[in-house]
Amino acid sequence: MPAGLLGIEGLERSEIEAILNRAKDFQPFENHTFKRLDILRGKMIVNLFYESSTRTRTSFEIAAKRLGADAVSITAAGSSVSKGESLVDTLNTLAAMRPDAIVMRHGASGAPHFLARHLPTPIINAGDGTHEHPTQALLDARTILDQRPSLEGLRVAIIGDIAHSRVARSNIYLLSKFGVDIVLCGPASLLPAELAQIAPGVRLTYDIREAIRDADVIMMLRVQLERQHEAAFPSGEYFQFYGLRLEHLDLAKPDVIVMHPGPINRGREISSEVADSQRSVILNQVENGVAVRMAVLERILSPHGQTSH
Amino acid sequence: MAKLLIKNGRIIDPASQHDAVADILIKDSYIVRIGQNLHAIAATLFDATGLVVAPGFIDMHVHLREPGFEHAETIESGSRAAAAGGFTSICAMPNTQPVNDDATVTRYMLERARRFALTNVFPIGAITKNSAGEELAAIGSMKNAGAVAISDDGRPVMNSRVMRRAMEFARAFDLPVIDHCEDLNLSADGDMHEGFESVRLGLRGIPSSSEDVMVARDILLAEVTGARFHAAHVSTGRSLEMIAAAKARGLAVSCEVTPHHISLADSDILPYDSNYKMRPPLRSASDVAALVAGVAAGSVDAVATDHAPHPGSEKMQEFEKCPFGVIGLETALAVALERLVHSGKISLLRLVELFTLGPARILGLASRGRLCPGAASDVTIFDPELVWTYDVNRSLSKSRNSPFHGKTFRGGPVATVVNGAIVWRR
Repeated sequence: MPAGLLGIEGLERSEIEAILNRAKDFQPFENHTFKRLDILRGKMIVNLFYESSTRTRTSFEIAAKRLGADAVSITAAGSSVSKGESLVDTLNTLAAMRPDAIVMRHGASGAPHFLARHLPTPIINAGDGTHEHPTQALLDARTILDQRPSLEGLRVAIIGDIAHSRVARSNIYLLSKFGVDIVLCGPASLLPAELAQIAPGVRLTYDIREAIRDADVIMMLRVQLERQHEAAFPSGEYFQFYGLRLEHLDLAKPDVIVMHPGPINRGREISSEVADSQRSVILNQVENGVAVRMAVLERILSPHGQTSH
Repeated sequence: MAKLLIKNGRIIDPASQHDAVADILIKDSYIVRIGQNLHAIAATLFDATGLVVAPGFIDMHVHLREPGFEHAETIESGSRAAAAGGFTSICAMPNTQPVNDDATVTRYMLERARRFALTNVFPIGAITKNSAGEELAAIGSMKNAGAVAISDDGRPVMNSRVMRRAMEFARAFDLPVIDHCEDLNLSADGDMHEGFESVRLGLRGIPSSSEDVMVARDILLAEVTGARFHAAHVSTGRSLEMIAAAKARGLAVSCEVTPHHISLADSDILPYDSNYKMRPPLRSASDVAALVAGVAAGSVDAVATDHAPHPGSEKMQEFEKCPFGVIGLETALAVALERLVHSGKISLLRLVELFTLGPARILGLASRGRLCPGAASDVTIFDPELVWTYDVNRSLSKSRNSPFHGKTFRGGPVATVVNGAIVWRR
């Protein structure tokens, strides 16, 4: 693996497989309290979150601590960031404290890529703007593989605001590398035609029923109102045309699973009945978040220490 | 009385279609004679054997940042970079602080230029007060003070009625109206060309249509008003097509292309590197090809740099946060030679026209852009075969924002003569 983890697009399939396999070792057993490991003892990880994110930040913190590393979390509010310091200055300051890795969430696409060119410290992208969210795609793949023997040949529908979704991009890149049949669905204004060329095996539809037909996996995306600069669809019509409801599931494979990166907007992109149904694996995703991030941290910070577990 | 005798150069003058080896004798501010085996007493000699001797290059689209943003560039530093790029005349866009929207600012810029500039500086006045797009600026007074055109470059006039009034008024003063054609509502805070690359990188797109609809509007308004409309930095194939059609209909429409838009596409962007962020954005590869084809077909009147200096502290930011624009004075000729001449698209004579006679005609600079007795003694001497590497850290501009840093070029300027004096030589 290169110095950090900036995205899925440039990652080798074998690298992804190694992380997913290793993450399995870190999944908790039934009724098993997790023992703190010492794989990353003495390592210092800084979580730098320019956007608030309870779920991802906590997940990275727990992953670091379970591996025996020290983790410090910094959020933009209340730090020098809110005092007008530039991104480069902030990162240089942090890098001077010699952390072993910086986990970074930022609202601007490419912010971690830009910094990676100027800093020696490995950077792990915890979501950059509307670009990529690599660990989300890895934990989603781990979650699918807990339900299916392999990714090959699966049909995955990704539904919602694809244009503004870093989760969608990372998932598209990952699933495509494994020969998944990917259907993207959303309002036309949030589904640019260029997405069809972004990776092999991708097609687009504006019809949610068409997207769900024979799907093995349905990934719902959050309607990201905060990322839309204007109304890209008639207000009030989203749930009617692109919300996932119980009756839709009959169109999919009988054992279809429903995923959502969270936090969910009940009644906006997904009905409560679906979110709470047997088909929903939303909480499994959260659980796998820790395991996958442990595998990522280990691979970046202790590439040769994997046998010590 | 200072004399300069340039010997044995390949003299290219687009106005007379002259392209042959000869000598050229300059006295003070005008050209005395062009011919074989010229001699002069007490003249400075310049041996131009193997070099091209052209009329002084004119860049009709430069941001000099003075007054107001002297940390990024000054009239002095910008003119030095211009001279190092072979330019003898540069036009200063009005988006200074204060905006050049009345004769006081115009006169201030000319006075600073007189004292500190290595090159001629021709101010371009604003179309509207403070370039706010509402009330017309003091267009007539600026013209009388020395402005050669009007433009709200970078803050395009969105109100079509205001643009119509500006064209009507400017027509009476024979001033070209230069528009940065962009519908800001369609651009909607975009950061790069809308297309596959913007989708891939997760950056907001600036659609080609944001330029095309405004080019269409301005052509229609030019037709209604009879004004001279000049489209700045054309970046899309569709816009150029409309401009060519308007010219064919006999309208007073002209346009420029920048070196970066004819040489780089959105797919060439080093991801999230702000040295590739400009407005209009780097377009698709097919747009780049269409622009080059348009130059070859004669639809383009000038090459202009849109030299837009920004200090490192502003460019070293998140892509979506950093300002638009790249510097370009020192690399313009080299990029144009590579893309247009060495690639066999146009002749050297035609290239020289794009840098000289083309902009001189648009701006009404009758004594510039040509080499003949009586013409202004501005001369650009360049070597189309010179191999050199651009090091932006040695730029004479105060800023470093260039996408061409480290690039090795074939062809570049060798000496720049302004008002009879060699102001720069390699």
